[in-house]
Amino acid sequence: MDLSLSYEQQSLIETVRRFVRERIVPLEDDLDPDASELPEADHERLAAETKQMGLFNLGAPAELGGPDIGTVTTSLLAIEMSQHRAGLYTPCYGVFGSAAGLAQLFGATDQQKEKYLYPTLRGEKSGFFALTEPSGGSDPGRSVRTRAVRDGDAWVLNGSKVFISGADTADYGLVFARTGSLEDGRDGLTCFILDADTPGFAVRRVIHTLRSGHYATELHFDDARVPAENMLGELNKGFGVANELLTRQRVVYSAGCLGPAYRAHEMAVEYAPQRSVFKKTLAEHEGIQWMLVDNEMDLRTATLAVLHAADLADRGRPFRTEAAVAKILASEAAGRVVDRCIQIHGGYGVTKDLPLERWYRELRIRRIGEGTTETQRMVISRDILAARHRPVLR
Amino acid sequence: MSVRMTKPWTDLTDENVARLPGQTGVYEIAGASDEVVATGYAGGRSRFGLRSELADRLTELGAGHRFRYEVTVQYLSRYSELVGIAAGRIRPA
Repeated sequence: MDLSLSYEQQSLIETVRRFVRERIVPLEDDLDPDASELPEADHERLAAETKQMGLFNLGAPAELGGPDIGTVTTSLLAIEMSQHRAGLYTPCYGVFGSAAGLAQLFGATDQQKEKYLYPTLRGEKSGFFALTEPSGGSDPGRSVRTRAVRDGDAWVLNGSKVFISGADTADYGLVFARTGSLEDGRDGLTCFILDADTPGFAVRRVIHTLRSGHYATELHFDDARVPAENMLGELNKGFGVANELLTRQRVVYSAGCLGPAYRAHEMAVEYAPQRSVFKKTLAEHEGIQWMLVDNEMDLRTATLAVLHAADLADRGRPFRTEAAVAKILASEAAGRVVDRCIQIHGGYGVTKDLPLERWYRELRIRRIGEGTTETQRMVISRDILAARHRPVLR
Repeated sequence: MSVRMTKPWTDLTDENVARLPGQTGVYEIAGASDEVVATGYAGGRSRFGLRSELADRLTELGAGHRFRYEVTVQYLSRYSELVGIAAGRIRPA
């Protein structure tokens, strides 16, 4: 089994690592510690650089101008791109493009692509993804209560959504609504593209959470009319759109959890030999050494799980179970690593002078977002019990 | 918590600003006829939180203004909410 990286992968990792450390991190010295946006001029300048590097819109397929580097390489780069203060939720402040979050649009009609996808890929428009509702998010087949009813040449939406990022500044959104009965589960849901200026649609409030910069909103639909041509995919098949792409993104999402953990571990390894207490450096205390060992084990285990899932995806093999395993391991391991690193840094660890406290807060959300740990466990257990479970090595 | 800031206004004076906490938070400043002329926040890099931020605003705007504030660690999302309401992008029920 050869786990070594190709020359191309090493070269890309080096390029992105240098970009993060030389271009992104210095800018953060002047930003608020919770900031999730760069000044516009900086954003434009750096996005131009990533385009020149051929790495803009990493998540887009090759036919749509993406770099076509596969899930393993994308995951390796996600680990690098998230190694700065805002990196967990806004890796490199979005200067590598924002295509990945709206994968459903890759399967849109030509007309929809012209109006929504291409301007998004060019950075001219932005969209939001609206699935979760007050009644729940882990089981959308049963929790989505927002209804869409056909009325002439339009669909009329009524209901509400919660925990939706970017809706207050977006030009359009992908909104899931029930078009079948509740008993139909996922097969009763349809995805619609809703223009943000649609009468009857409103962003009601910001939902304040552990992360301050990259926030979520609450949406309401009160007889919001969506033209029939804005249905995305087939009626009652909202979840059929880009399902595999979304599972791939879960692998990359897991990789993104590891970046801050790697950086935090690196900071702790640098700090431990410098700080003295009780006539020894921290690094000479066994208690600290063991924390660093636990970090190392967590990082190695989670990284291998992420890359295993990514490798299966790239080879066209089933990888749903592995993606769920990677999501659990990466999100939970990263939280533990950053927690230990804060402990090693003592009082400074919880100050806003260092990025550790932000990573600690935001990593807690990663155990819930993109499918909770418990939902991932259900996915794995279903595969085990349905005899779809396969040996790890194949 | 109300989505709009609803606390009563206080005169923006040296004496009132000196009594403010050094914590992070958000604030609004109104002119003579209650119209909001500035919205801001005291973030993680503010020297003395709301106190130093509003002291700076007082120096910049001069006398004749009033202010109100909220202490919050979610100062950026709350600030975005207040700005979104002012711009009409967020419409509370």
